[in-house]
Amino acid sequence: MSSNDFEAVIGIEIHVQLNTKSKIFSSDSTTFDSGDNENTSPVSVGMPGTLPVLNKKAVEFAVKTGLALGCNVSQKSVFARKNYFYPDLPKGYQISQHDKPICEGGSVSFVVDGVKKTVSITRAHMEEDAGKSLHHGDCTLINYNRAGIPLLEVVSGPDMHSPAEAAQYCRTVRQIVRYLEVCDGNMEEGSLRCDCNVSVKRKNESTLGTKVEIKNVNSFRFVEKAIEYEIERQIEVLERGESIIQETRLWDPDKNRTFTMRVKEDAQDYRYFPEPDLLPVTITQESIDKIRQHLPELPANRRERFKSDFGLSDHDADLLTSEREIADYFEETASACKNAKAAANWIMSELLRELNQGSKQIQESSLKPSDLGALIRLIDEGTISGKIAKTVFQEMWVTGKSPQEIVKEKGLVQITDPQVIEALVEQVLNENSQQVAAHKSGAKKNLFGYFVGAVMKASKGQANPDLVNKIIQEKLKS
Amino acid sequence: MDLVNSSLTDISNAVKDQKISAEEVASFFFKRMKDLNQSLNAVVFEDENFLSAARVIDSKISKGEELGPLAGVPFGIKDMLCVRNLPATAGSKILQGFVPPYDSTAVAKLKNAGAVILGKLNQDEFAMGSSNETSIQGAVQNPWNNKYVPGGSSGGSAAAQASRMMAATLGTDTGGSIRQPASFCGVVGVKPTYGRVSRYGVIAYASSLDQVGPMTSTVEDAALTLEVISGFDAKDSTSSQRAVPEWTRALSKDLKGIRVGLLKECMRSSLHKDVEKSVENSIDELKKMGAEIVEVSLPLIEYAVPVYYLIAACEASSNLARYDGVKYGYRSDFKNLSSVDLETFYSQTRGEGFGAEVKRRIMMGTHALSSGYYDSYYLKAGKVRRLFVNQYKDAFKQCDVILSPVTAAPAFKLGERIADPLQMYLNDIFTTSTNLAGLPGMSVPFSLSTDGLPIGIQITANHFDEQRMLNVAWALESVAPAKGKRPHVF
Amino acid sequence: MIDKKTIQNIAKLARLKISEVEADDYSQQLTQVMDYFERISKIDTSGVEPLVTPAEIEVHWREDVVEQEHTAEDMVANAPARAGNLFKVPPVV
Repeated sequence: MSSNDFEAVIGIEIHVQLNTKSKIFSSDSTTFDSGDNENTSPVSVGMPGTLPVLNKKAVEFAVKTGLALGCNVSQKSVFARKNYFYPDLPKGYQISQHDKPICEGGSVSFVVDGVKKTVSITRAHMEEDAGKSLHHGDCTLINYNRAGIPLLEVVSGPDMHSPAEAAQYCRTVRQIVRYLEVCDGNMEEGSLRCDCNVSVKRKNESTLGTKVEIKNVNSFRFVEKAIEYEIERQIEVLERGESIIQETRLWDPDKNRTFTMRVKEDAQDYRYFPEPDLLPVTITQESIDKIRQHLPELPANRRERFKSDFGLSDHDADLLTSEREIADYFEETASACKNAKAAANWIMSELLRELNQGSKQIQESSLKPSDLGALIRLIDEGTISGKIAKTVFQEMWVTGKSPQEIVKEKGLVQITDPQVIEALVEQVLNENSQQVAAHKSGAKKNLFGYFVGAVMKASKGQANPDLVNKIIQEKLKS
Repeated sequence: MDLVNSSLTDISNAVKDQKISAEEVASFFFKRMKDLNQSLNAVVFEDENFLSAARVIDSKISKGEELGPLAGVPFGIKDMLCVRNLPATAGSKILQGFVPPYDSTAVAKLKNAGAVILGKLNQDEFAMGSSNETSIQGAVQNPWNNKYVPGGSSGGSAAAQASRMMAATLGTDTGGSIRQPASFCGVVGVKPTYGRVSRYGVIAYASSLDQVGPMTSTVEDAALTLEVISGFDAKDSTSSQRAVPEWTRALSKDLKGIRVGLLKECMRSSLHKDVEKSVENSIDELKKMGAEIVEVSLPLIEYAVPVYYLIAACEASSNLARYDGVKYGYRSDFKNLSSVDLETFYSQTRGEGFGAEVKRRIMMGTHALSSGYYDSYYLKAGKVRRLFVNQYKDAFKQCDVILSPVTAAPAFKLGERIADPLQMYLNDIFTTSTNLAGLPGMSVPFSLSTDGLPIGIQITANHFDEQRMLNVAWALESVAPAKGKRPHVF
Repeated sequence: MIDKKTIQNIAKLARLKISEVEADDYSQQLTQVMDYFERISKIDTSGVEPLVTPAEIEVHWREDVVEQEHTAEDMVANAPARAGNLFKVPPVV
């Protein structure tokens, strides 16, 4: 039996850290790089007698995300206590949502290998994050700065069947939460964490195989690799006639493999019950509708609009909508220059290259979209040549000055006076009489480009190339 | 000034009028507390800084600053409530050495009103008990007779108040922990409506049942203290945003038009003859004062004890999970931390840190919440609880307050019941029902038993109707046969 | 009947080390208590929503505002063992 006889079934839980300023149940800061236990309080350290008070913003962000994922937002959801002991869990229970989550029944769509794929969202619920354990060999040290940071756990249906689908699903969710500005999506800092549930079954069987959970996957590339490894491992196990053990595994990016973290013994008994320190979360339909009205345009819609309104290709539309800030930048540039194609090209080639090289985000760019638009307009109006424009762009990138200013300062305005160009052409042809003779006699071919280059050089690149071409042709004929 | 017999308002006014300094008042009570405590064991931590707190009050007065209604009034606080920079152990070894860097809101409000904290008061471990015998700091004696328990769990508060170690005290009440010891020790004890007083900084036993309340010498003192500690707190999601009425100002003994419900079920149960007589007398007195007596029924009250203990144990099993030897309190003495596995670390610490009754209730709650049992225990109890509240709502259509005994019998002897948990739990039938329904309830001293032990009467009112409860209690207090009677230590 | 084995399982779940003697006591006491509590099963509760918070209380949510009242030192001051401002526990891996 070959691996083609098997089918993988993948479901993903994504922990989205909601980027509120304060924690979900206390007013401690949520900044990432504070000192040890600096972002804690009696509430987040679980001191006796302290009580949780829900952060309004966390609810708003959860509703926003739920709506963007096409979920039904419940008008009444309930926090529950999930009871278990672990040092990073200060109260001995995690406040989460259990049988009444805030969001249920949504879906997201995306394209993988040119095929549209829709994955269902079973639920999304609010919960508090745990603290951080630092392992030191002879002891473990606990930092509760992260304890109580609001999370939205987005749970997909078991709808994916390939590593590529799974990775693309994660990318899509990340893109959505970033568009909503509810999460920075920073996987290295753990702002977005993906747990992958993977099982395999023979294609002709209808019952699902035993599920293995892979944790600690902190990039989309690793999501793909970890699932790929896990599918192969499970198929091998089954082909040996053994059975899959239900367990939690970790991805080891150095060794490119997953390994056992803990075997689910007699299934954890979390003893969930409604959190008596909090009232049910009630939201009116009115406020849900209000949040819905204020949702930003989501990536999928924006991509379609870019294609229809600006005539962009699939590839360009994808790239330009990959981040909300890039899409915003593009739209501003395009509206400033009224040339969407040129705006798209300049952003995708020049700007993104510079940003990549400087490891900068587009919103950190010193080059403003209105200025990039102005630069494109200068080309379109014939004030500067495309070649000069690249020089101007470099200068804009470094100094943050407007293109008009740079062109003026450096005297880069394109030479369009035919008499001036004619003089330059004559000068060049006189200086190269041998070549002119060779050209005319046909002894040497392809010298035309050489003359053009020489004229451009003599004009310091400022001569209008069309005119240069035209005048050289005229001169060589005579 | 006769400080031991003065009302809180009298003390506060005398301090404000500079007839006596807050320092003198505090010193007087502090000494009295130290002396009396040698036998009673009601105080577990003394606040050595009480003098500087009193001096701050005095200096504010000399500067002409406006002061609250409890200016210079000395208070004792049940160890269940956090007081900044004083140990808070909830009577448990597991919290040994813990010093909170914060005040419970109730205590912060007392301090804002000018109160001076003298110390922390003994209690059953984590408020689990009805005799104050489960405390790590040892049993408390009943000031009326040292062979008897003071009741629990706020036994330290009741004993301290009955012997007037301080002017007033705070207790907590999850299933009768204020009212039962108040009854046993002959003091006034009020459990307010759930949500009336913030639970912030109050060590949690059972979150949906716990309330803080005053334990005082008189109904007036209780009303005043309650007025000070009540009100919305942004740190407690279950605290009510309703305005706090001026109960003291509206106190009235005029009972005309007041309908007092007499609980049918309680007169049928086997009451101690002295308690039965006390209830009958109190009804007669209320009638004389113009109240209308109606019979009301709560058929589900016979289930109050199981429903209460299931819910309380479930919530407690989770509330007490934070005591794990990681962040504060007791940790088992591990010789070599690096070779200890996590499960042993927890189990040993918690096994040694909690007492027998607390462990019993954690086990009960853990069992009742565990998979396979949740529906028939916790969930079922929650449903019966709603039905029970509905019965109360019906009862309050026929009456304004409900009168019942606090307990079926007066105080029992030390060591008498500790060995039989179920019998101990069943004593709590009249008090637990109030907590289940979130209603305000109080015990007001009424008579003495033939053995000379106090017997209180319980008045329960509808949600947030503390006023009528206090009025009826005030009226009863004025005609109580036990009025003016004092324990032997007094 | 809550036998000793069940008691040991509950104790494990609750992270309570209990002795053999305690296990015997708890087995007997919990059996008695839970048997008594069983009586609530007789009450018809069909269609009844369980009650958690027993009084009507208005919803209160926090504004998303950072307030830092305490220092890290305050938060670890009570720790049985610490390393700097971190809590120290046995190795968990």
